[in-house]
Amino acid sequence: MSNFFNKSDLTRNDVDNIVSDTLKNCDDGELYLEDTKSESILLDDNKIKSSNYNSDLGFGLRAISGEIVAYSHSNEISKESLKNSSASLKSTLKSSSGSYNHKILKSNKKFYDDINPIDQKTLNSKIEILNKVNDFLRKKDSKVKQVTASFSGEQKSIEIIRSGGESLIDNRPLVRFNVSVMLEKNGRKETGVYGIGGRQSYDDYLNNDNWQNVCEEAFRIASVNLESKPAPAGEMKVVLGPGWPAILIHEAVGHGLEGDFNRKKTSAFHDLMGQKVASEGVTIVDDGTIDKRRGSLTIDDEGTPTERTVLIENGILKNFMQDRLNARLMNTRSTGSGRRESYKHIVLPRMRNTMMLSGNQTQEEMIKSVDKGIFAVSFGGGQVDITSGKFVFNCTEAYEIINGKIGSPIKGATLIGDGPSILKEVSMVGNDMMLDPGIGTCGKAGQGVPVGVAQPSILIDKMTVGGTKL
Amino acid sequence: MVKDQNYLEKKASYCLDLSKKLGATNASVIVSNSISETVNFRNKKLDESNRSDNLGIEITTYINKKKSSISSSNLLDDNIKILIDKCVETTKNTPEDEFNSLPDKDLLASEIKDLNLFDNTHLENDKKIEYLNQLEDSASSDERIVNTESSFSEDKSSFILANSMGFCKGYKSSSFTATSVTVAKNDKSMERDYEYSSKCHLQDIKSPKDLGKLAAKLATNKLSPKKIGSEKISIIFDKRIAKGMLSTFANAISSSAISRGTSFLKDKINEKIFSDNINVYDKPDILKGLGSKSFDLEGVKTSTLKLVEDGILKYYLVDTYNGKKLNLKSNGRCGGTSNLYFENGKISFKDLINSNSRILYVTETIGHGSNLVTGDYSVGATGFLIENGEFKYPINEFTIAGNFKDMFQNITLANDLDFEYSTNSPTMMIEGMVVAGK
Repeated sequence: MSNFFNKSDLTRNDVDNIVSDTLKNCDDGELYLEDTKSESILLDDNKIKSSNYNSDLGFGLRAISGEIVAYSHSNEISKESLKNSSASLKSTLKSSSGSYNHKILKSNKKFYDDINPIDQKTLNSKIEILNKVNDFLRKKDSKVKQVTASFSGEQKSIEIIRSGGESLIDNRPLVRFNVSVMLEKNGRKETGVYGIGGRQSYDDYLNNDNWQNVCEEAFRIASVNLESKPAPAGEMKVVLGPGWPAILIHEAVGHGLEGDFNRKKTSAFHDLMGQKVASEGVTIVDDGTIDKRRGSLTIDDEGTPTERTVLIENGILKNFMQDRLNARLMNTRSTGSGRRESYKHIVLPRMRNTMMLSGNQTQEEMIKSVDKGIFAVSFGGGQVDITSGKFVFNCTEAYEIINGKIGSPIKGATLIGDGPSILKEVSMVGNDMMLDPGIGTCGKAGQGVPVGVAQPSILIDKMTVGGTKL
Repeated sequence: MVKDQNYLEKKASYCLDLSKKLGATNASVIVSNSISETVNFRNKKLDESNRSDNLGIEITTYINKKKSSISSSNLLDDNIKILIDKCVETTKNTPEDEFNSLPDKDLLASEIKDLNLFDNTHLENDKKIEYLNQLEDSASSDERIVNTESSFSEDKSSFILANSMGFCKGYKSSSFTATSVTVAKNDKSMERDYEYSSKCHLQDIKSPKDLGKLAAKLATNKLSPKKIGSEKISIIFDKRIAKGMLSTFANAISSSAISRGTSFLKDKINEKIFSDNINVYDKPDILKGLGSKSFDLEGVKTSTLKLVEDGILKYYLVDTYNGKKLNLKSNGRCGGTSNLYFENGKISFKDLINSNSRILYVTETIGHGSNLVTGDYSVGATGFLIENGEFKYPINEFTIAGNFKDMFQNITLANDLDFEYSTNSPTMMIEGMVVAGK
């Protein structure tokens, strides 16, 4: 782990004094220190296009009084810099008269190992795999016209120092391996993308030549898309496959259940606590405690141990996701959902691994029951307007369903729906819940954080499909 | 205060010298510092203050045709030494790429025009608060507005770009940005909208009253939306959405997408890709322009390009690496466009909305539905129905779809261009797109 002060003119005692002095009339706050090492190695167009290494160090000092948050961050860890930040916070919170809440939960559970994935695999062996990926795909089929493959990895070490000198630390590994392939047939081009990752070493994902499976999957998606027809336009039934399509849950209801939007009453869900927001049989949890998953955290970025938070239980809205600030103002407890992209960013309540749990129907039954609709297997990104509740996501692999049978693949189309009502349209929940492969990044207020999703196959009775075929 | 040019120059030359000493045959470095101070309001009360002080360094070392990069926020000399050491080591182990090189020397910028991009004014937080008070008063004067959030931020930045061919230049720039986000509510729906104003100089920012009023009007106009059926209809894109079409166009003509073969505009130079009369400029030397610059991220001088003339594509956006691959000279577009815009069309906004009896006017799109490889486009949207030139009612929960290749050929532009952003478009109509609704 990092010692943040050994190269500075600060002693640990100085730091504790400045932090405690800054926060003395505040309700909450802390000094957050971060040391992140990251790398990315990219193969593109038959060449190693880039190999980058980044080392980022900085602190963020936060003071909260009532609803007001004052924040200051800098890259210079020095007495002068920390004192400047302290002065900046105090000038914002001149008339603060809060009382500091020292209480913070403790847990000794850890959900990933203290490793630096970058150092665990040599540069040469990473380059070798990228070259193998390129050769493998280009030899596989003459339709392959472009291959992009990349490694990205990081180790983020954080320390949180609270008023009174209490310190909480976490070391977070994160890796991702990605392959994108473009095929061309009769002048038509389509791409397929697949990736894997999480909070362990690269080799945990790539053992037994698993990179080949990633290549095969990217190739398969591109091949399907080469044969795709224009997507239909209009309202129809939609069957979603298990796993990654759960970004529907993330966009449609996840964001709307984050504490800040509900405290501010700008979420379409803010007055629906305890009410029925989904069909019976729909249970959704946000879980930060799954071993080595991309969205898992031992502690959140305020030091609270993460947990498995039940958001919707059998159709009824049970909990919002909370950081300390919004929890205090809403008279509840933090769910360990306080996250930030880095020391440059303020804490917000965010999702971790958002999952719809299995029911007892099968995907076959769902498809059989649809006369006209689509079967969506994989998606690109999604987005939501929290206030109106409208959300979208983009299919990257989908098929039409005609008379209970899967038909031709269809071109990427946007699906649009209404968050608060979409889960009431879920008429079947599958028994095949699956986690995504570990590739999600969620954006909110300009901050990206790694997240996971999971769901079984589901049947949605009514959704608008944004194709071009009327 | 943001670090002065001297300090950054010293760091840059330290890095270049050290890179050479440790075995690099060439190197380039960017050293930058930015200080940003932001105040946020919510429902007429102070909500957040945020001060950020960012240092950054990016070094690329070359050993002949091998290349690698590092970046860091820690500018202490001993840390830089460790990183350059690592960078040179990595470079040695990275395979050669024949196209790797610094830019051609004769293309490097030799002078820096004063484009008036830096306003030294410092606005104390109390003054920012005064602005936001006025803004929120104005934004919340309509009783249907139930929530307001606004912010004012002041950014100052300074950078130096240097390379081992002797290039060493940089400058300071500033920006002031005010944002207003409003939530309107009635018994039918709750809607959110926003407006912002961002300028290099403080005095050019919109007045708080105007900004608040506009943001409130945008949100209240969206109340009680209806749905639309699935149909083929002419779509008018509000300026703030129309500029996104230009951004997509710019991404599709970037030399990296072209050289990789992953753009629907590959091999289209001197072909007609837009409707007649469409002209697109990228002009880097607009005074106080939000996208203005004297040179690109590699130090290559930039000059105005007429990218599209009478609908015909004339240039790609070329950087050094991809230029060498495509056998083209860099035109100073490493990092993208500068001030990119469509030239004004021939008809007024009023005539445009009267040009069809039924038009869908789109004010917001959501989702990432642009596929640069195929040109396919499909996004979620909200907007208004226009009948016989009159705005009838708001519409939401629909998608619009088409393919850029067809869409670009069917663009009609109004004559209402202004320079609010770095990429700007007049109001735009595209005929024959498909809308999917209820």
